[in-house]
Amino acid sequence: MRKFLLHIIIILIGLIYLGRLFYLQVYDTSYANLSKNNAVKTVYEYPQRGNIFDRNGKLLVSNQPSYDVMVIPRELKPFDTLEFCSLLGITKEKLKKQLKKARNYSTRLQYVVVPQLSKNEYAFLQEKMHKYEGFYIQKRSLRNYKTKSAANVLGYIAEVNDRILRKDDSYQSGDLIGMQGVEKQYEDYLRGKKGVRYYQKDRFNREIGPYLDGKLDTLAVKGKDIKLSIDIDLQTYGEMLMQNKRGGIVAIEPKTGELLALVTAPSFAPELLVGRKRSPNFTKLYYDTIAKPLYDRGLLAEYPPGSPFKTLNALIALQEGVITPQQRFGCSNGYYYGVRGRKMGCHPHPSPLNLPYATAVSCNSYFAQTYRKIIENEATPQEGIDNWRNHLKSFGLGGFLGYDLPAGKRGKIPSAKYYDAIYPSKRWKGITTLSNAIGQGEVLCTPIQLANMTAAIANRGYFYTPHVAKAIDGNYLKEEKYTEKKQTTIDSIHFEPVIDGMHKVFTNGTASFLQVPGIDICGKTGTAENFTKIDGKRTQLTDHSIFVAFAPKDDPKIALAVFVENGYWGARYAGRIASLMIEKYLRGDISITYIEDWVLSHSLEEEYNKPLSGEPFSINQ
Amino acid sequence: MISKSSLGAVDWLSILFYIFLLVFGWINIYSTTYDPSQISSLFDISQLHGKQALFIALSFALGLIIMATDAKFFERFSSIIYILSVLLLLGLFPLGKTISGATSWYAIGSFTIQPSEFAKIGTALALAKFISDIQTDLKQITSLGYVALIIALPALLILAQPDAGSAMIFAAFLFPLYREGLTGYILFILFAVASLFIATLFFGVQRVVVGLFVLGIFVYYFLRKQRGILLFLISGFLAMAGYCYSVNFVFHNVFKQHHRDRFNIVLGKTKDTQGIGYNTNQSEIAIGNGRWFGRGWTEGSQTQGNFVPEQHTDYIFSAAGEEWGFVGSLLFVTAFLGLCLRVLYLSERQKSQFARVYGYSVASILFLHFLVNIGMVIGLLPTVGIPLPFLSYGGSSLWAFSMLLFVFLKMDTDRNKR
Repeated sequence: MRKFLLHIIIILIGLIYLGRLFYLQVYDTSYANLSKNNAVKTVYEYPQRGNIFDRNGKLLVSNQPSYDVMVIPRELKPFDTLEFCSLLGITKEKLKKQLKKARNYSTRLQYVVVPQLSKNEYAFLQEKMHKYEGFYIQKRSLRNYKTKSAANVLGYIAEVNDRILRKDDSYQSGDLIGMQGVEKQYEDYLRGKKGVRYYQKDRFNREIGPYLDGKLDTLAVKGKDIKLSIDIDLQTYGEMLMQNKRGGIVAIEPKTGELLALVTAPSFAPELLVGRKRSPNFTKLYYDTIAKPLYDRGLLAEYPPGSPFKTLNALIALQEGVITPQQRFGCSNGYYYGVRGRKMGCHPHPSPLNLPYATAVSCNSYFAQTYRKIIENEATPQEGIDNWRNHLKSFGLGGFLGYDLPAGKRGKIPSAKYYDAIYPSKRWKGITTLSNAIGQGEVLCTPIQLANMTAAIANRGYFYTPHVAKAIDGNYLKEEKYTEKKQTTIDSIHFEPVIDGMHKVFTNGTASFLQVPGIDICGKTGTAENFTKIDGKRTQLTDHSIFVAFAPKDDPKIALAVFVENGYWGARYAGRIASLMIEKYLRGDISITYIEDWVLSHSLEEEYNKPLSGEPFSINQ
Repeated sequence: MISKSSLGAVDWLSILFYIFLLVFGWINIYSTTYDPSQISSLFDISQLHGKQALFIALSFALGLIIMATDAKFFERFSSIIYILSVLLLLGLFPLGKTISGATSWYAIGSFTIQPSEFAKIGTALALAKFISDIQTDLKQITSLGYVALIIALPALLILAQPDAGSAMIFAAFLFPLYREGLTGYILFILFAVASLFIATLFFGVQRVVVGLFVLGIFVYYFLRKQRGILLFLISGFLAMAGYCYSVNFVFHNVFKQHHRDRFNIVLGKTKDTQGIGYNTNQSEIAIGNGRWFGRGWTEGSQTQGNFVPEQHTDYIFSAAGEEWGFVGSLLFVTAFLGLCLRVLYLSERQKSQFARVYGYSVASILFLHFLVNIGMVIGLLPTVGIPLPFLSYGGSSLWAFSMLLFVFLKMDTDRNKR
């Protein structure tokens, strides 16, 4: 024992120490990470964000350099305050205040003293910067907007928030990230790759050279350019037409599903959300809860679709074989139904009418009877509604379309379950839901859904998922989602009589005064009743003006939906705007200038102020 | 001069370990002072690594001189060497130079020398001489009194400098004493005192006393047949419990604040990575950064950023751990403890008791330095400022440890000449 005690202790201690070393060096990786925080300074080089172009290659969004004057308080040395202030163009008091704030924030971390100097200011300052220890310049890249429209499509970039920082470790505090629209949707492509350089620090936090001789350093990679399918001229024109109105225009190229224009009104100039003025401007826009300029009505507003919905009921009826195109239904200023003799009103027009003419004059009675036949074709109203609903869903209604913008609403196409819940006795019938025949009642659509449905009609039975990006980095979008035809449940032969009817809307019907000479437009007017609550009381407002159209009839190049809130009737505002948009897109200039003048000179502001006035008001004047 | 025949009798394995440790130490010192902006010659005397190279060369010279000296010289002159060591320690009080609070150095120009490092050799020689005396019996109280005197005299002088760390190393002589017949009770009591001290600080008095009580009941259950066991256990328990209650008093009233801090850091009672715990924390980070194979020579970010204070002296192992990883650590631990075990093995084969006791002392001193220094660097023991033999920067310690080792290797070489 006496001989071996020390041997045993030596070996035991050796094993204990090796165990501890194994724990420190191999098992517990946190020490290695700590060392990195400790001894390695990471400097990021910010890449330029990708440019954004319109479908014709016009530059919409590029970058502008901007220079922040930063300070690290504990590295400050005494300096010539007067000269520095005059270089920065600030007062001594301001500088003192900023330095105090910086110290309160942290003495070791960088803080912005003067944000976003222009290139010229920077050039002047740059030469003298070395005299001011503790100050340095951080270069950032800001957006430079070449257009005043399409703010809702483009989105904006802003400093990444804490929630994203916690979730995604590829962002550091102060990084810029796309917050809405294309900037958000295509963030991964647009942002590029940050360059990173590591510096070895000593214990006084001084850089003493590149870490590992710069072996791990990477260069910044510029973000990828994106070409949008938006036609910026059409977009700008649409926004101009929508001035002093509220609503949205969604225009789609039916052959591809590409969005040509996505107008929401009121909107704002995208440059409002750049740089130093972003924050106050955003607050102003955000708190405008009446006009809601940040709310993209084209994607988010769920309106009753009104009469354009009749075209779908007609198509379903034809597909189900419950009507024929030439079959006529009577109308006696409306349609009387039910045991208590309820009436769905209509306006004066010749009667009875076949499908094309009923479409042209938008006969409520005709479509009420058509709708009844669809629902009552099945054994129970439940089956009837669900069958009807399945047809509508194939047009992309009642659900997300799957387009490439980060905002959307489902809209609503009621199901049998929905009515069963409202009428627990389940003794509801087809006529209980008769408002659906004319796009009122329980049906809700967003403008983009309605535009997509119009594109499906224009294509005679199919559509492509709408999308706003055409090419990324010069490569056209190849995702199956956007290149695969979505077939509707309606056979293509059934479309001709409906399209004929939509054509007659312009030749003989509700939009005959909106014809564009030389262009065969097919369309459908819509007028939708709507309500709001004033002091808790359900109050009817002036009807929405709705219009869907596509053109030319035989080779559709554009399909669109126009919603103008409280525009009274379909052809009044929405129809006019639709015709102007179609001519603008197909011809480039406007021949129907009298219509353009009318739209530009009419404002709905007065209408929008009515419910806010607190006074009693009359509607539909 | 060294004869050809004695060359073959030198224990080359020990020399191999020794050279490995010196080289390993030197490359790590080079790395801690490495500055890529001004690459200097490996042996630039104005740099620390250049000076250390010089110290190493002088160590080899010392080694050669010792190997050329007659082994009998050290036995014969052991008392004189011991007295000389003590005089040098005494001389520090009027003549010594004070560096960071301790008067431990003689300064000749810019050159300093630390006699406490050399005092270990003198004490080891004197102890070996005394124990090997035919009249010494470690079971007798008078012999034990002389032994205590031999060890305590230099230790107390060093403690008065004050340099508690170096003084503590004299506890290493307990191992050769035990080997030569000192009763095991002393070792056991010292062990119990130390572990009860730590346990009381860590768990608190109540829990330790309750634990001791439960342990006593178990011991009684197994040994209840023995006569007088109950009385023995009760008195033992009372003594230990009383000691435990005194621990807090000693800790809070006898210890100085920096001693308390060091204990609290290691016991995890204080979390402080910036002030008092900074060294240990940075050292652990550096070692942890090594992972399996290390960051590579002069590539350790902690080492190159000079985050670990005193990294070229007491904390030299943190640089080794970072730049050579677990594999390098394993190699080092194997080499160092291998040397200790080799010296122990060589001691056991000595024919003279003098050489055996001396060899045992050498191994014990080296091992205790390792235990305390590495334990501190890897955060297992409180901070005690003593160098890591053969690796830490510094001429005094390097020469002292080299002489300590070579004197024994010379004895081993000549072991058959008597």
